[in-house]
Amino acid sequence: MKKTTPAADFARGLWRENPVLIQMLGLCPTLAVTNTVANSIAMSLATLFVLVASSFLVSSVKRLVPNQVRISTYVLIIATFVTIADLSLEALVPTIHKALGAFVPLIVVNCIILGRQEAFASRNPVGRSVLDALGMGIGFTLTLLLMGGIREVLGNGSLLGFRLFGPRYEPWIIMILPPGGFLTLGFILLTYAWWRGRAAAAARTRELAARTRAPAAAAARAKAVS
Amino acid sequence: MTTPLQVAAAPHLKGEMTTPRIMWGAVGSLVPVVAAATWFFGPSALLVVGSSTLGAVTTERLLGPPGALGDGSAMITGMLLGLTLPAGIPLWMAFLGSVFGIALGKVIFGGLGFNVFNPALLGRAFLQASFPVAITTWPGRPESWAALRGDNFAFPFASPQPDVITEATPLGLRKFEGADTPLWDLVTGSTGGSLGETAGIVILLCGAYLAARNYLNWRTPVSLLATTAVLSGALHLLDAARYPPPLFMLFSGGLLLGAVFMATDPVTSPVTNRGRWIFGAGIAALVVVIRVWGGLPEGVMYAILLMNALVPFINRATQPRVFGTRLAQAAT
Amino acid sequence: MSPGSVHGPGAPAPPDEPRTPAWRLLATLGSGGALAGLLLVVVYQLTLPRIEAHKAEALQQAIEEVLHDPARFDTLYLNAGQLTRELPAGADPRALERVYLGYDDAETPVGFAITAAEPGFQDVIRLIFGFDPKTGALLGMKVLETKETPGLGDKIEKDSAFVSQFTGVAAPLQGVKKGAGKGKPGEVDLITGATISSRTVVRAINRALERWRPALAAYRERRP
Repeated sequence: MKKTTPAADFARGLWRENPVLIQMLGLCPTLAVTNTVANSIAMSLATLFVLVASSFLVSSVKRLVPNQVRISTYVLIIATFVTIADLSLEALVPTIHKALGAFVPLIVVNCIILGRQEAFASRNPVGRSVLDALGMGIGFTLTLLLMGGIREVLGNGSLLGFRLFGPRYEPWIIMILPPGGFLTLGFILLTYAWWRGRAAAAARTRELAARTRAPAAAAARAKAVS
Repeated sequence: MTTPLQVAAAPHLKGEMTTPRIMWGAVGSLVPVVAAATWFFGPSALLVVGSSTLGAVTTERLLGPPGALGDGSAMITGMLLGLTLPAGIPLWMAFLGSVFGIALGKVIFGGLGFNVFNPALLGRAFLQASFPVAITTWPGRPESWAALRGDNFAFPFASPQPDVITEATPLGLRKFEGADTPLWDLVTGSTGGSLGETAGIVILLCGAYLAARNYLNWRTPVSLLATTAVLSGALHLLDAARYPPPLFMLFSGGLLLGAVFMATDPVTSPVTNRGRWIFGAGIAALVVVIRVWGGLPEGVMYAILLMNALVPFINRATQPRVFGTRLAQAAT
Repeated sequence: MSPGSVHGPGAPAPPDEPRTPAWRLLATLGSGGALAGLLLVVVYQLTLPRIEAHKAEALQQAIEEVLHDPARFDTLYLNAGQLTRELPAGADPRALERVYLGYDDAETPVGFAITAAEPGFQDVIRLIFGFDPKTGALLGMKVLETKETPGLGDKIEKDSAFVSQFTGVAAPLQGVKKGAGKGKPGEVDLITGATISSRTVVRAINRALERWRPALAAYRERRP
């Protein structure tokens, strides 16, 4: 395995291996609870909490857990933290808890969390696992905020509850309904893929240009020396 | 150097029936429907249809393959979408609906011939889900024919001014008020409704013309209308007070417009004749179910879109047997 | 890297690896479960008072809103067709249906707050309304729970013009299209574009009143 730095462990989840946009994990909450920015924030913070806490614990006990029951143990750990998050949300912010409905308990089966335990936390030291979990969790948060922002602005004409366009704005109700989630995610993925395709093409062009320029430059140098 | 032989791949003899020819024929046959809509709803009809057509054509020009405008299909999509909208809808909504229909209903699949769903109906479904109030507000008839209905010129992205006088569609009247509309009004088109759905007779005449020129396959609309008549007739016989008579079902709402111009879209309907009978019957069954038992008064749009999704399966199930093979072989 | 995790996810253990004894598997899961359970009990106990308080507060606010700030209110339980203020011995208060009777400052009853539920366009709509049996009129209505379409069906909760109609309207209610009312008592204007949701509210109230009317009347006769 390549040597990585703590910064790379953290940054990986933000963009290059973004859990939603690249790994395509955790799409259920991404589609279901991003109709307002407030819901997106609550959902992604709950997920971030569960992810970091589970990664920490899984990485700490990885030597104690026999291979055969590792998945059951991870799910047990994750479920415990999810229940804690669920009860805390209900006690602290009951309105948001009501809006998120069944999706907080469903964090248990969010593939991002189990995926990071199996792919990273169970085979890496505690510090790196926590950094990885933080990066992935923040990457998830950024994606959810983007989704929630687009959907709330178009579907409600507001951002975090503040009216943006005045009272005459006609909201696109579809954007805060389930189809709007699919449309928004589709558009984000399209833009992302288009941008990556362009970046890859530009990199190839640069490489080709460098290769063709190199002999010419060498010849020029030889000429200068002589 | 010139070659003495003209080298070209087969086929060498081509029929006169080309895609642009059929599509422009359909555009031509929509002109009387637009004219009828203008007669009933005044200049608003022209504005709405014009705006949605402009949206469709612009989107196809910007996003579609080069030269795609020439086949006329974007024009049809725009005109059809406009005809499914109420007269008072803001023009920006009509425009946006076409942009959505062409971009996400057609171009994204790879252009004409690859789309799964009817682009015009997809655009309308988007508008229905986005602006459910504006798209079900049927402005009443003002004193003068030349007056605009509703708030066509609402500023882009702003809500239309609430219109004071509205009228209900025959289907809405029946579902929510329990009131019946006289059959004569339905046939002549002097009822509330979307631009293109009130002119039943004109639509039927245009459909007959298209079928006679073989621009559309008559099996789909005949199957659709016949099944609607049979199903609603049976229900009407069971309980005449609860279920509307078949003629009401045929002439109310968008059934005729959908049967003649949308269910017959060659791209999104089955390619086998047996498949066309099934397709039409399926739409009719869904329409009757939605209208009679559903929460919404009208269901033609959803019925056609749902059946569009089934078309690949219908095609596969109704593949003709290859000549010379046995049934058993065909099955394996 | 720990030796147990060099294989990819889900890879079977190679034959040369010593088998983990079953008691270790059981012990791991058992102790993990016990710890998790313990932790959850603690968190549950810590959060329970706040969660209960939120729920009670929400209900109390709703009652006060539909009865227009009564001085106090009693909870009346429906037991064997009769409304009683005291719980019958041994009865589980959560299993009994109930209404709330509000009093003004002079200890005269102002009306009942009754909950009702009816399937709407998306899911069941739950609401509470105040009812004054003396005048036969509604005092107010508040939607407690709704999953109706945002921006459209949820106007039954957010459109104050719709909600305010339920104050002072005579029961039974009659839903009419906006502007189509004939000025009869009991008419409620439905919401354009949300006919089904708003009609459900009217129906829920009518059905609940029909169901509760005998019990309410009996209670009033016993305690004038």
